[in-house]
Amino acid sequence: MLDFVQQLVSGIALGCVYGLIALGFVLVYKATEVVNFAQGDLMMLGGFFAFTFIGMMGLNYWVGFAGAVAAMALFGMLAERIVVRPILGYPQFSIIMATIGLGYFLRSVAGMIWGTDDLKIETPFSQGVLRIGALVLAYDKLSVIAATVILCTLFYLFFNKTTLGTAMRASSENMLAAYYMGIPVKRVVSIVWAISAAVATCAGVLLAPITFIHSNVGLVLGLKAFPAAVLGGFGSIPGAVVGGVLIGVIESMAGFYLPEGWKDVAPYVVLLAVLLLKPEGLFGLHVRKKV
Amino acid sequence: MRFLFKTDYDDDIRLFPHSGYVVSYGLLIAVLLIAPYVLSSYLMSQLVFVCIYATVGVALLILTGFTGQASLGHAAFLAIGAYTAAYLQKYNVPFPVYFLAAGLLTGLIGALVGFPALRLQGIYLVIATISFAFIVEEILARWESVTNGNEGMRIKTLSLLGVAVPRDSPAFYFLCLAVLVLTIVGTLNLLRSPTGRAFVAIRDSETAARSMGVNVALYKVKSFAISAAITGFAGVLFAHKLSFISPEMFTLQLSIEFIIVILIGGTFSLHGAVLGAIFIVMIDPFLTYLKDDMPGIIAGVAATFGAGAEAAANVQAKVAAFASLNGLKGAIYGVIIVLFVLFEPLGLYGRWLKIKLFFQLFPLYKRATFKRQKIYVKSERNR
Repeated sequence: MLDFVQQLVSGIALGCVYGLIALGFVLVYKATEVVNFAQGDLMMLGGFFAFTFIGMMGLNYWVGFAGAVAAMALFGMLAERIVVRPILGYPQFSIIMATIGLGYFLRSVAGMIWGTDDLKIETPFSQGVLRIGALVLAYDKLSVIAATVILCTLFYLFFNKTTLGTAMRASSENMLAAYYMGIPVKRVVSIVWAISAAVATCAGVLLAPITFIHSNVGLVLGLKAFPAAVLGGFGSIPGAVVGGVLIGVIESMAGFYLPEGWKDVAPYVVLLAVLLLKPEGLFGLHVRKKV
Repeated sequence: MRFLFKTDYDDDIRLFPHSGYVVSYGLLIAVLLIAPYVLSSYLMSQLVFVCIYATVGVALLILTGFTGQASLGHAAFLAIGAYTAAYLQKYNVPFPVYFLAAGLLTGLIGALVGFPALRLQGIYLVIATISFAFIVEEILARWESVTNGNEGMRIKTLSLLGVAVPRDSPAFYFLCLAVLVLTIVGTLNLLRSPTGRAFVAIRDSETAARSMGVNVALYKVKSFAISAAITGFAGVLFAHKLSFISPEMFTLQLSIEFIIVILIGGTFSLHGAVLGAIFIVMIDPFLTYLKDDMPGIIAGVAATFGAGAEAAANVQAKVAAFASLNGLKGAIYGVIIVLFVLFEPLGLYGRWLKIKLFFQLFPLYKRATFKRQKIYVKSERNR
């Protein structure tokens, strides 16, 4: 039983990371119907930025964290301006390819600049564990869970209660109509990319003590975040996090109870099952097609 | 300029619309036939890879270019073809049998993948095919009794009707070329048939195709099966060319490379697959060239423009250091993909058509001829 709870908690922590990355996918998808395959690489880059600020320049952890988030938000805007905006409105496949290309580029350039070694950031949560009875919980994992809950709540409120959030939903539904209604669609898209890069950075920095930072971390985790986003229903913010947690728990349980090899495959098996049985996901909306 | 007057319904579906095609393709075939006796062995080896990649490119074009179903899992089909060949070869099955068996098995698995894909579109389909590829990769690594796990499998020299065909011989190149040409001609025929028309109809609008009486589900599964089968054939050749296969060769990276092949070549015509394959395979020799010769050339240019000997040497060292950076290939890949998507979405073949049209219509060429429509409304996008 204790093993089970331990696995459950570590699965939830892992799942929260997937959830955070999936949250980035969902934000961009919600506002522009674009799927950003470079989301994991934005996370990786955010981790490297934080490493530069904290590890190399010796800034305070929180200052470095904020700096990395701000820098990545700018970077997200830049990437949107250069790569995505010219092809907005073209078939999804073009945009997927463009973001795959962007991901390739970021991965290689990060490898060139920061080298291919595993890097580590000293965080306030790196050491120490919380003991509840016989249960041992590491602070770094708890910090991921806490951050996910906070960010998810913030975004849920943001999208449903604020004017900007409503503008984002509107431009996702019909960019032209939104534009005619006076919504600055271009700026909205730009802001969405900034937010999604910032979320990715949060994931990258929180993950740094757990998986370390190296140039391929984004690819591995980014691909695992897809099942999370699909399970939750692309386009639903609570869905992304719930999907992430489910995938994380499934992966962790599969690693513990099933034969070797299942751990890596399980998320994808679940993904295929979801796509087969309920393609719109747990929280997704059913989209009707227009001829 | 040549004007084609269509006087017969057959004019629309002729393989060679006019004699110019016969001449130019005849010349191309002649050049390809004498290539092994002229080119160096390294370039020959690259040319074999061009043939294999182009075959996969054609397969992917059938699925992605003509049926409109994106797939990022073709490395898995290639792997299934390659492993089938390797496994059957162990039991002394002759080449023609395991070649066909590999294609059949891969086609069958392709059809099985096609069924779940019926309900999926766009991004979901991409994700589903990625997952499929991951699962296949993991199975290859774990099913040790058949695939020998991560240690990989060796493939013996190909023997065709009792004659050994080593992997670097001209005969092997001719075999690959023959497979490619047969695939292309077969695909051209397929696209002229009702099946091919149905594929294109599904690509352009699924709903419209259905209302015209096209059985969308059937044709999607067919498209998956055909595409997978061709990839399986290519997989057999791939395995023989490499003579050693292991699961880590068939990763997502390879699937992306295949997609790049058709993206760079152009997704609307079979020419694209071949041009894209040439581009992708020849980028390696080009990068080697860049690494070896570029620093010297740039230093030479710098010297001509009045830089001193010391400065020129400095420049040379810097360029050399840059060219030998790790991961330069990945960065170049990334930049190329983005540039093509942004500036030449029709690919190399599209560029060629534009240039051709420019000269044909000389003073009257309009850029808008090739302009694509942008869709900003969600409900119109998913069709």
